[in-house]
Amino acid sequence: MSAPARPTYSHLADILFFNLTRSAALLVLVLLTAIIASLVHGSWDSISHFGFRFLFSSSWDPVASTFGAWRPIQGTLITSFIALLIGVPISFGIALFLTELSPLWLRRPLGIAIELLAGIPSIIYGIWGLFVVAPILMEGKRLEGLGITIPAIQPWLTEVTSGIPIIGHLFDGPPFGIGMFTAGLILAIMVIPYIASVMRDVFEVVPPMLKESAYGLGATTWEVVWNVVLPYTRTGVVGGIMLGLGRALGETMAVTFVIGNSYDAIDSLFHPGNSIASILANEFAEASDALHYGALIEMGLILFLITFVVLACSKLLLLRLQKGEGSNA
Amino acid sequence: MTIMHNTIYRRRRLINAFNLTMSTLAMLFGLFWLGWILFTLFSNGLAAISLATFTQNTPGPDSTGGGLLNAIVGSLLMALTGTLIGTPIGILAGIYLAEYGQRGWLAPTARFINDILLSAPSIVIGLFVWIAYIQYVGHFSGWAGSFALALLVIPVVLRTTENMLRLVPHSMREAAYALGAPRWKVVLAVTLRASKAGVITGILLAVSRISGETAPLLFTALNNQFFSANMNQPMANLPVTIFKFAMSPYENWISLAWAGALIVTMAVLILNIIARSLLKKEHG
Amino acid sequence: MNTQTVQTKITVRDLNFYYGNFHALKNINLDIAEKKVTAFIGPSGCGKSTLLRTFNRMYDLYPKLRAEGQILLNGQNVLDKGVDLNMLRAKVGMVFQKPTPFPMSIYDNIAFGVKLYEHLSRSEMDDRIEWALQKAALWNEVKDKLKQSGLGLSGGQQQRLCIARAVAVKPEVVLLDEPTSALDPISTAHIEELVHELKQDYTIVIVTHNMQQAARVSDVTAYMYLGELMEVGPTDQIFTKPTRKETEDYITGKFG
Repeated sequence: MSAPARPTYSHLADILFFNLTRSAALLVLVLLTAIIASLVHGSWDSISHFGFRFLFSSSWDPVASTFGAWRPIQGTLITSFIALLIGVPISFGIALFLTELSPLWLRRPLGIAIELLAGIPSIIYGIWGLFVVAPILMEGKRLEGLGITIPAIQPWLTEVTSGIPIIGHLFDGPPFGIGMFTAGLILAIMVIPYIASVMRDVFEVVPPMLKESAYGLGATTWEVVWNVVLPYTRTGVVGGIMLGLGRALGETMAVTFVIGNSYDAIDSLFHPGNSIASILANEFAEASDALHYGALIEMGLILFLITFVVLACSKLLLLRLQKGEGSNA
Repeated sequence: MTIMHNTIYRRRRLINAFNLTMSTLAMLFGLFWLGWILFTLFSNGLAAISLATFTQNTPGPDSTGGGLLNAIVGSLLMALTGTLIGTPIGILAGIYLAEYGQRGWLAPTARFINDILLSAPSIVIGLFVWIAYIQYVGHFSGWAGSFALALLVIPVVLRTTENMLRLVPHSMREAAYALGAPRWKVVLAVTLRASKAGVITGILLAVSRISGETAPLLFTALNNQFFSANMNQPMANLPVTIFKFAMSPYENWISLAWAGALIVTMAVLILNIIARSLLKKEHG
Repeated sequence: MNTQTVQTKITVRDLNFYYGNFHALKNINLDIAEKKVTAFIGPSGCGKSTLLRTFNRMYDLYPKLRAEGQILLNGQNVLDKGVDLNMLRAKVGMVFQKPTPFPMSIYDNIAFGVKLYEHLSRSEMDDRIEWALQKAALWNEVKDKLKQSGLGLSGGQQQRLCIARAVAVKPEVVLLDEPTSALDPISTAHIEELVHELKQDYTIVIVTHNMQQAARVSDVTAYMYLGELMEVGPTDQIFTKPTRKETEDYITGKFG
């Protein structure tokens, strides 16, 4: 009588397996809830002590126990903005090169090279930025073997932009090497591979016939990419940029090394500053008291919320764009 | 046709040539940084690396000699345990989303939340483990580091598992059901097996990601100047050691930081390349 | 059909085409008459689309493809190295197997090509777009929704939009590469009617896998097989008394 027994065993195994996978999926939900709950719990001292003032206050003094998140929030946003400003056009150029200009045999190796750039751990960008890039930005470098002198980039930028309103102000100030500008630059190099590979992937799936129709009208390569490929792939492109932005906002190590770790008011991009992540990396292990811990954890909470907002915005945007492409016209 | 001598056309060609040149320069720009970083790493790292790097523990400040043995072992231990904890959860949840998730609220919710976890800054994950674990046990530990790393593994493995399972054609599932196989067997023996290469790629990519992560270990595993395989104690690891040594004023430490940087980067890049070639072989 | 002397618009001489090592077109010699419809027929893989795509050098977009010989358009060899491809393609328009509206409004879809070569005022552009849509017999259906996305139209409308887009730049030749293969019978009839209208102003070359279509729309038919041009002549003659056995076999459905 083994025949009737088998289905029950099978049935039991099915129920067991289903519930196992289901609880793993539930665990993901629990994790997020736990993360948010513990961040709120951990920062409760600070939340109840400072209230909303915390967000917009720029004083940070562990000795006097006054804490405000404004400077690091500012630093996080500014460095990420610089990163996108430099990174997005470059990534677009790379994707364009890889899909339209590169000889076929070079496409794969070049694509892999860009993806490798994404694989390099962020701490490597950090020490490289600190020891190699920052000194060159500050005072230039003479390459003896090649007989080339790399000019000091920061003083040069200060000089050429001086007199231009606003922009001149941004690049004013003494060149420290490290600072907001350097952090933004390193972040740009970090996000380029993410954005570029997403852009390349979506450019590649544009139907050849669509591109041919544009070429068939006599359009140049640039016009085909700018007027047809880019609008056709905008959802994917936006997604890629948001991915890069998310990386830049939460990046810790690369920024911590080169941002300069200063709470001063930021009067120029060359000025040392800090970001939420760099403050956490620098201070958390040595926090002085409960309020200091609370303030630091609250900054972590803010950082988490910022990246969440970016993700939610990009999802909403993608949803709207997809709807717009439907047959509702 | 008079358009031959058209000024619009001349302008268009100029714009085209200019932009395509910029695109080529952008490509060179990207390659330039990669080349520069790797060059710096190799020239500084190779000068600093020696047999002692792999056989001796981290030295005290302002001393000579020493290596990274304790940090390498610690990193391996935590990456291994972190992967072992995170992978099964990620795979199981991925199976639920791909195979059972057609109905109900759980799958779409879990998918969205997984995206949040995937984009969450890794330092926030470290913060979470500190609040939820370290704070209560009262000391930093290797396990805490593993947990933090496992939390980074889960979303990556979940996402790739789900995506790979979705690529398996429905006809294959139907063929298995038609033979009277129960669902769990269909999933494990047919669909999961069909997407094995993709799932392994996901795991390798997750491992390569956590191998270089520093931020989540800063206040979980912390660091340890001595050799320790006790997961309940603070544990040395490469990324945090590199961070600490590179920021120090001691030449010996800075040189070891470069050696560590080279080791970590090579490990991560090799894992990356294996993962990609695995997937390419399968789908090539 | 009028009885004027027929001018030759495109002259193909000793054309050979290669995909890497594969010899896809062998010694093609052919004259395409001005303001007539020429149809290329033949079994799939015979090279009819390949031949069509040499006329505007579309193959140039891809590596390892090359053509040898001569294709004279207005007396100039379009295969010459120095030929400006953008200018060539502005003169030789093309419509594809599937509708390919650009991801922009109906208006902008048509304006896109026009703006490449002409600087028109707003009202001139409006006129041109109306003219092109009239030519493509689409104006009445879309005149109230020019600002809406071209992707929202039906398949047949999209294909007529693509024809309007090709016509709007006032080319001399229009290449149609199986333009109805993705369309339903009613839309197909629309397009065929349109081809009749368009030949008054343009030289039209159409590739089709559908012999009835070739019989209905073309003045001249060329039958191709395995990369060779087997037979070319007035459509009536090709379909009633072909000179070669192979052509007859294909026409009568014995193979292909």
